[in-house]
Amino acid sequence: MNNLQKNKLIDTTFKTVGLLFTLLGILILIILLYNIIRVGYTRINWEFLTSLPSRKPERAGIYTAIIGTLDLMLLTIIFAIPVGIGAGLYLEEYAKKSRLSTLLEINIANLAGVPSIIYGLLGLGIFVRFFGFGGSILSGALTLSLLILPIIIVATREAIKAVPPSLKEASFALGASKWQTLQKVVLPSSFGGILTGVILSLSRAIGETAPLIVVGAMAYVPFVPHSLFDTFSILPMQIFTWTTRPQEGFAIAAAAAIIIILVITFVMNGVAVYLRNKWQNKLS
Amino acid sequence: MKKSILIISLAFLAIACGNKKSNTQEGTETPLSGTVAIDGSGTVFPVSEAVAEEFLAEEPNVKVTVGESGTGGGFKKFGAGVIDISDASRDIKGKEIELCKENGIEYVQLTVALDGITVVVNKDNTWATSMTTEELKKLWEPNSKITKWNQIRNEWPNEEIHLYGPNTSHGTYDFFTEVIMGESGASRTDYNAVSDYNVAVQGIEKDKNALGYFGLSYYEENKDKLGVVGIDNGNGAVLPSIETVANNTYAPLSRSLFIFVSKKSAQRPEVKKFVEFYLDNAPELCKEVGYVPMPKSGYDAQKEAFKNAMSGQ
Repeated sequence: MNNLQKNKLIDTTFKTVGLLFTLLGILILIILLYNIIRVGYTRINWEFLTSLPSRKPERAGIYTAIIGTLDLMLLTIIFAIPVGIGAGLYLEEYAKKSRLSTLLEINIANLAGVPSIIYGLLGLGIFVRFFGFGGSILSGALTLSLLILPIIIVATREAIKAVPPSLKEASFALGASKWQTLQKVVLPSSFGGILTGVILSLSRAIGETAPLIVVGAMAYVPFVPHSLFDTFSILPMQIFTWTTRPQEGFAIAAAAAIIIILVITFVMNGVAVYLRNKWQNKLS
Repeated sequence: MKKSILIISLAFLAIACGNKKSNTQEGTETPLSGTVAIDGSGTVFPVSEAVAEEFLAEEPNVKVTVGESGTGGGFKKFGAGVIDISDASRDIKGKEIELCKENGIEYVQLTVALDGITVVVNKDNTWATSMTTEELKKLWEPNSKITKWNQIRNEWPNEEIHLYGPNTSHGTYDFFTEVIMGESGASRTDYNAVSDYNVAVQGIEKDKNALGYFGLSYYEENKDKLGVVGIDNGNGAVLPSIETVANNTYAPLSRSLFIFVSKKSAQRPEVKKFVEFYLDNAPELCKEVGYVPMPKSGYDAQKEAFKNAMSGQ
């Protein structure tokens, strides 16, 4: 076998192995989805979405849990987006290269890798106890905001970095100030990337259970929150509670709730992809 | 862009606010309002949840929430005065009593249901139909040397024994070790410690040489898949069942499930009414979720205790 044949063989082998690995990942996903959907689909109907939790598995629904989750996401968006984008903008456009800014950068990158339960304990100490917000939806949203801030900051910086310097220079050349350039040129052309980062971080936040249990998400809440200081439940908490029950019916309800949370996550990711494509087309 | 954010936010808001359930008020009494916060044992959770669910029909404006952070977690919140009622699958411990004292929390302890810790084996296990408490102790005690079935009884097979039990955060673990070993928390550690009993059920179901223990309801729901071990406390083997737990012949592994009510909270009419409602309805509701009710006299005694505690203020 000469060198050329050898290289070709290696090439094909690598290609096949790579393909197998890719298929393996998809296969596992399909098996998981198939199992969940097979068990859970019978329970998915309007009643399931609009019923309160119940001791009777066939009557139990996820109304308060799904509203709790959506409210929590909305509040998290309100808290995390301005702060995250602001911090990203500052670090990328204003901060001078100094020891302090390097330290900040390393810290933010590290924070993105901290286990979520740690944020839960932080939230318990600061928001629940110190500020006295209690186990409320406000404490939950603030804790989740902390959790996703590093991701938003990093995504914002990457998006801004991707803006061609020529665009900025053109703006400056026309006599625009720094803020005008940011507002009219940098932000609009990087918004697709920023938004994608934001939505992906929210997809992570929506599945979080551990930090919210610590902060005070309850397993049985028969009302939707009307104020920031109300107790709340969330879908992952409801799923967790149901899977630990002895009755078979609760396992089915849990599977149905998992389908719902998957749908929400898929929709959010879909929106992210759509926005990214839309903005990229606009730029080019 | 601003528009899309606005639309998304509005959509969330609409979902959040649009579906308020209309509350129907019944009865002629002025309806109560306010909140009742419950937390604690995951074992007691289904009972409290069931009571809260029924109470909602009676008093639609009272917001009852139930958490399940475990008996220990519940007592921490209870001692800090954060919740009104603590669910517990064991008695309150010295440290927890101190915490309550420190914060001036006076409480009344009420029994709401009974449960039997059930020792289960695989369906194909034909030998272990009964065990003495002494054998259970030898098997589960700290640093136990038993690794094979024939080390418990000679005639049992010479095969490895695989153990399943709750992890240390469960009240069930505290209770079992207290009763069998005589010391709460004293247990061998080389067993499969689960946080979710369904995991233990699945493990034992698939392993011929497995043995484990958990609450009666998990056995009752999986009767067709599991075998059960009778417990011999010196008077012959007794199998756990609704009857033997209720009349306490399933000893010593029958236990009481409690709620601890803060006396201060019970001054609020909604909490007082909820506790009375709890004791009235627990016999029926605890059966529905897999537990064993006390005899009627038992609940009468609990009502009496609550009444006395309230008038003693």
